[in-house]
Amino acid sequence: MLLRLEPRQTSSKWMQYATPLIAAALTVITGVILFTALGRDPFLALYTFFVRPLTSVYGIGEWAIKATPLLLCAVGLSVGFRGNVWNIGAEGQLTMGAICGGGVALAFWGNEGIWLLPLMLIAGAAGGLAWGAIPAILKNRFNANEILTSLMLTYVAIQFLGYLVHGPWRDPDGFNFPETRLFNDYGLMPVLVEGTRLHAGVILAVIVTIIVWIFMSRTFQGFKVQVAGQAPAAAAYAGYSQKGVVLLSFLVSGALAGLAGISEVSGTIGQLQPVVSPGYGFAAIIVAFLGRLHPFGIVLASLLMSLMYLGGESLQINLNLPLAVTGVFQGLLLFFVLGSEVLVRYRIKLTATPKEA
Amino acid sequence: MDGMDTAIAILVGTIRAGTPLVFAALGELIAEKSGVLNLGVEGMMLVGAVAGFIATVLTGNPYFGILAAIAAGILLSLVFGTLTQVLLTNQVATGLALTIFGIGMSAFIGLDFVGTPIEGLKPIPIPFLADIPIVGPLLFNHDALIYFSIVMFALVSWFLFHSRGGLILRAVGESHHAAHAIGYSVVKIRFLAVMFGGAMAGLAGAYLSLVYTPQWAENMTAGRGWIALALVVFATWRPGRVLIGAYLFGGITILSLHVQAVGYDVSSHLVATLPYLATVIVLAMISRDATKIRLNAPASLGKPFHPGA
Amino acid sequence: MKTDQKLQRITAFFAVAVIAVAAGAGLLRADDPLKIGFVYVSPIGDAGWTYQHELGRQAIIAEFGDRIDTSYVESVPEGADAERVIRQLAADGNTLIFTTSFGYMNPTIKVARQFPNVTFAHATGYKRSDNVSTYLARFYEGRYLTGIVAGSMTKSNIIGYVAAFPIPEVVRGINAFTRGARSVNPDIEVRVVWVSSWYDPGKEREAAEALIDQGADVVTQHTDSTAVVQAAQDREVYAIGYHSDMSKYGPDAHLTASTHVWNGYYIDSVNAVLGGGASSTDVWGGIAQDMVELAPLNDAVPADVRAQVETAREAISNGELHPFAGPVNDNSGTERVPAGEVLSDGDLLSMDYYVEGVQGTLP
Repeated sequence: MLLRLEPRQTSSKWMQYATPLIAAALTVITGVILFTALGRDPFLALYTFFVRPLTSVYGIGEWAIKATPLLLCAVGLSVGFRGNVWNIGAEGQLTMGAICGGGVALAFWGNEGIWLLPLMLIAGAAGGLAWGAIPAILKNRFNANEILTSLMLTYVAIQFLGYLVHGPWRDPDGFNFPETRLFNDYGLMPVLVEGTRLHAGVILAVIVTIIVWIFMSRTFQGFKVQVAGQAPAAAAYAGYSQKGVVLLSFLVSGALAGLAGISEVSGTIGQLQPVVSPGYGFAAIIVAFLGRLHPFGIVLASLLMSLMYLGGESLQINLNLPLAVTGVFQGLLLFFVLGSEVLVRYRIKLTATPKEA
Repeated sequence: MDGMDTAIAILVGTIRAGTPLVFAALGELIAEKSGVLNLGVEGMMLVGAVAGFIATVLTGNPYFGILAAIAAGILLSLVFGTLTQVLLTNQVATGLALTIFGIGMSAFIGLDFVGTPIEGLKPIPIPFLADIPIVGPLLFNHDALIYFSIVMFALVSWFLFHSRGGLILRAVGESHHAAHAIGYSVVKIRFLAVMFGGAMAGLAGAYLSLVYTPQWAENMTAGRGWIALALVVFATWRPGRVLIGAYLFGGITILSLHVQAVGYDVSSHLVATLPYLATVIVLAMISRDATKIRLNAPASLGKPFHPGA
Repeated sequence: MKTDQKLQRITAFFAVAVIAVAAGAGLLRADDPLKIGFVYVSPIGDAGWTYQHELGRQAIIAEFGDRIDTSYVESVPEGADAERVIRQLAADGNTLIFTTSFGYMNPTIKVARQFPNVTFAHATGYKRSDNVSTYLARFYEGRYLTGIVAGSMTKSNIIGYVAAFPIPEVVRGINAFTRGARSVNPDIEVRVVWVSSWYDPGKEREAAEALIDQGADVVTQHTDSTAVVQAAQDREVYAIGYHSDMSKYGPDAHLTASTHVWNGYYIDSVNAVLGGGASSTDVWGGIAQDMVELAPLNDAVPADVRAQVETAREAISNGELHPFAGPVNDNSGTERVPAGEVLSDGDLLSMDYYVEGVQGTLP
């Protein structure tokens, strides 16, 4: 109905670049209204939200490390999403990665070496991979809906971490408080820039993003995933295994989420705690779509999402705005970006390949 | 006799714990049957909870609160509907964004109402029936919303499988292109389904803030919206199984608390995983029969539809 | 050339002037308000752990007026984000920072190392450094007193306890409460239900109802909402609040509450920093230091019980009574503290057993 009003056929290429600006303009307008209504200087508020967090080297470092787990999870998820495989349990796979990688650090506590960190990373990725494999196997073997199983397993993983940290893995010198020992230096990600927390996990994330990009655009496996997502009938006709795509998608996204978990734990926390992620795995789903499921788009989207967190804190610290206000603002920002973003995507689709009726 | 009282207490507790899930899951079921996956249930519940609470405080009448909660749920679902149906955004991402917005929005408008005490909704014993031993307390001594949840269950069941509207809804969810070709307005029908989902999520929120724990506190739904989402799939999109599943979920929680209260020690963390593990296992078991699933699962769930294409 | 020199001189003059002005501004800064930051783990709300800290913040605002400038960040997760928030507060010129949850311990220590001129105070932790103090209150003393109230008011001799996680802090509270209750009524049995969450009003309520269904006629909680008190009000049994006075949520049910009072500690800390004499301290105050108080007793509590509570309160306050004075047996019958001794602070901090009277075993 309303859609008929959209002049899609006449869409020109520059609109594609204009829509992010439209989203930005809408955000600014809304921000001005919202903050003025609250009796604050709207431009100061916008500056505080978007610019102020990045006015120091430390702030830029934080921007990058907050984007890192989002990037790792979202890039992994994008593989599956392209193949119409819906892993929404990255949060659980991230947690499992943190558990397995952190477990290695604890198991070798007291006799570490330079080999420890690589081993932790492998264990973390393996943990996420294994946790991701469960919904894939349940889907392939029993036809169980993966959205549901991966979501449910997330809560299981989080509770399992709670059990370990409250119980067997508690720091023996920690007065029975629920946290593990602090990892030894060998178990910590090296810091890249003195005076910041910018750690090697960021580089890892960038490398992984490039690999996924090559995988999706240059390899036959990646091609199969895309075909399975865009034209399941064609994929079946060509003899591509749908089950293979499901498994592959979950293994990749699970492993990368696990990597995000151990990178977060060894990079910024330095121990296991009852909570290792404030919902990166869920936020990454939004990031993946904001980035149009393209690895480089996801890099930008994860930086935007990361800035949203920092901006929220900045508003609280500098303007004494309650968290609730920043929550509203963040939600609106996402709506605008999503709304305008997908308009572009849809247009491209329409002009490139006419949709099957 | 003591054992009987405890059993009744557990069952009544189960019904109460399951009721918000029944509302939210029935709403989501209708939305999904039309082919729309809305992951924003948690956000809509919270906004419903706060709106219902505020209206109750301002009017002193919890029934106005219920209406306000429904309205608020619909309002938020309209945002989702506009984005996903008109602007064709991805439903998964939009639903998650809706939850982020709902959490923030509910906290924001509820700031001045945190800690205001209200008179919650009281049970309405049904004359005579409520006095029957065992059955009375179990079935006929509840608050209005619990009775209403059963009414809604009956209505949704009838609508889906015995009405023309239900047929159209299912057709749209099954194949939007076919439905469109026959001449149904897919977007309009999906909008209505999403709005119904919003209304029911609002009711679920109102149940929490007006009946279950009559108060407003940020994030008071504590993840129940996600459980409702899980329930819909757990129930393979059948209202009867939604009802059973909701009470099963409620029942496991209540039972594990009772087991602890009697003095059996259980790892609280591991017990907390039980409902989730149970869902995964049950789902794997019931999904094995592929044809059964296909019979109920809306085929075009989550897929965008554009009539011009 | 000459003009160049002249120019140089003028520039030099200006440079000196600028420096002087800057220095003057720097001196003036001494009179700027003292910036104080608070890091909260949950929304402030209207009752509970964070709310009590917020009351403390309000108290220092009332006490010091425009000599201080406070800000807070709420709902800061206890993971990687905490360090950034704490650091941001320090970098933004806050010279006194309170981090109010256990999970902020390591981030606080880490940031403090980078900001030696900022004074930090971390609640409930055990790590200190030159500029990091710790503070905690002997909540168990309040628990003991509320136990006396509960033990006197129960008729079924079953008391229900809704608890979040089996960490020493919570276990200590359960044990002190039980010892208080059994000091007036040795037949008391305390039943504990763990809900695995600090904050889930629905589940807390379900747990309270389960306990009431099992015969508990007094319930209390170590979680962060008021749902347990509300459940008691609706089911017409008694409740004992925690963290905050929760009487408005259950005017008939709420017998009293063991409340946290940080006002005094916060005022002292600000005074220390303003006076330039801030040093690393380890404060663990209780009833004697007014860090733990009882909410007003409900009218339903009879005079003799009031007197009993008051006597115990004074005895604890002047050191005659210790809630964990021996003999203390755990609930398997093993003696943990022999008669004539009291439990050491170290053992209190790491308590991991139930005392006699608590049902079940610690998970």
